[in-house]
Amino acid sequence: MCGIVGLFLKNQALEPKLGTMVSGMLGTMCERGPDSAGFAVYGTPSKGKSKITIQSAEPDAFKGLTERIKKEVGVSSDLTLKSSHAVLTLPSDKADAVVTWLRANVPNIRIMGMGESIEIYKEVGYPTDVAKRFELVKMSGSHAIGHTRMATESAVTTLGAHPFSTGPDQCLVHNGSLSNHASLRRELAHDGIRFETENDTEVAAAYITWRMKQGLNLADALRGTLDDLDGFFNFVVGTKNGFGVVRDPIACKPAVMAETDDYVAFGSEYRALVDLPDIDKAHVWEPEPATVYFWER
Amino acid sequence: MRTIDLSKSSLRELNEDLHRQDSGANEASWEVLNPRGAHAIAVGVDAPISVDVKGSVGYYCAGMNKQAAITVHGSAGPGVAENMMSGKVIIKGDASQYAGATGRGGMLVIEGNASSRCGISMKGIDIVVNGNIGHMSAFMAQSGHLVVCGDAGDALGDSIYEAKLFVRGKVKSLGADCIEKEMRPEHHETLTKLLKDAGLSNVKSSEFKRYGSARKLYNFNIDNADAY
Repeated sequence: MCGIVGLFLKNQALEPKLGTMVSGMLGTMCERGPDSAGFAVYGTPSKGKSKITIQSAEPDAFKGLTERIKKEVGVSSDLTLKSSHAVLTLPSDKADAVVTWLRANVPNIRIMGMGESIEIYKEVGYPTDVAKRFELVKMSGSHAIGHTRMATESAVTTLGAHPFSTGPDQCLVHNGSLSNHASLRRELAHDGIRFETENDTEVAAAYITWRMKQGLNLADALRGTLDDLDGFFNFVVGTKNGFGVVRDPIACKPAVMAETDDYVAFGSEYRALVDLPDIDKAHVWEPEPATVYFWER
Repeated sequence: MRTIDLSKSSLRELNEDLHRQDSGANEASWEVLNPRGAHAIAVGVDAPISVDVKGSVGYYCAGMNKQAAITVHGSAGPGVAENMMSGKVIIKGDASQYAGATGRGGMLVIEGNASSRCGISMKGIDIVVNGNIGHMSAFMAQSGHLVVCGDAGDALGDSIYEAKLFVRGKVKSLGADCIEKEMRPEHHETLTKLLKDAGLSNVKSSEFKRYGSARKLYNFNIDNADAY
């Protein structure tokens, strides 16, 4: 099944409550996907700085990491530890160099995502436990996307959890299954896109990154999924300042959206949205098949 | 009137209570508070009672209903009134996918819009939608009536058998073997009664077009293989 939640705030005054609101939404969707969970939170960017979210199953992996980065790459960074994840904050122009160095030199650390505002946390386990482990309720920001996974196309692993992030400040969550992911993965890999898993959803995320690298905006990249991806899907995507939704033309996977002057919200079911402020006055609708919805601020 | 507050008692208690009612039920009027999108509210009721749900519901509300009049004062999730046998279900807001699917009898009224696959495989139910319906509605519909006061989406009535479809607005496209048919006096009569029963007596049957099966795909014919 899988459960998706997403919240894009239009009203900045709500930003400190983002984590609490999304945590409540995610909790309701546990029944749709008890295997693993993950969420991406877009916080306030600090000028000239980027964040790299890293993960390791070995608690000692992060020890002395900033010192090694300073010594071997010549970059000063800060590290904030959160359970199995950590966020490295460093000058934006050095982020790519550090990512390359991490991949080559610290094999027991996995890179979950990077960008100026995105932080990504995902783990195997019951979704409410995952949210608690990473203290989602304390997080603030402009928008967030979360996912509870019922694994179908690939193994239940940390890397197989959603969201998938394949470009700076980009992430994608998916409910459904893709049938042409293997052939598309080969095509994208041929074009130099790097894959970490055998998961079908990672191909969708990478497809969007690939299209945007070709110069398409997010809305057009999302439209492209309707022609080039075969299978069932609801995709909810985040960018640095945007939030998008697309459903396949058959549209058999459930989706409900709500919009007020303060926010836009997505849930796999209406009950994920019931605690949002003024939900009784919100415009609530089911997104149309093969239609791209997109908000930016 | 019995009031059940789902913020205080469980869904299982509600449905067990409702299942205890029979044709001689003394408690004829029920109210359900705080549904908050919960699934399977008032499923399998088999008694001439009325149930008013004050808010929006999730999956499969009023499924398999017999005899009862169930009103949702909000919107309904996927599969509302699925396989209804008799009685009446009214949705004041919108309904999600496959509303009234496989229904065998009774009436489902959706005062807002219905989504895709409304009335899929309907087998005798009457469905009246005041707003629009989504794609693939009345797919493989076998009998009963689907009345749409607004517009219909793609592939209306794909592979339809003997159900009768009445649409007032635009039909985006017709599915395989579904065609527009003549509105004869008996159809005006049937439609007028359906609209009246649904509480829409100000809507005229003359504003509707009728759609149904061309009966070309009814039995397998090798000459039609491409159309299947």
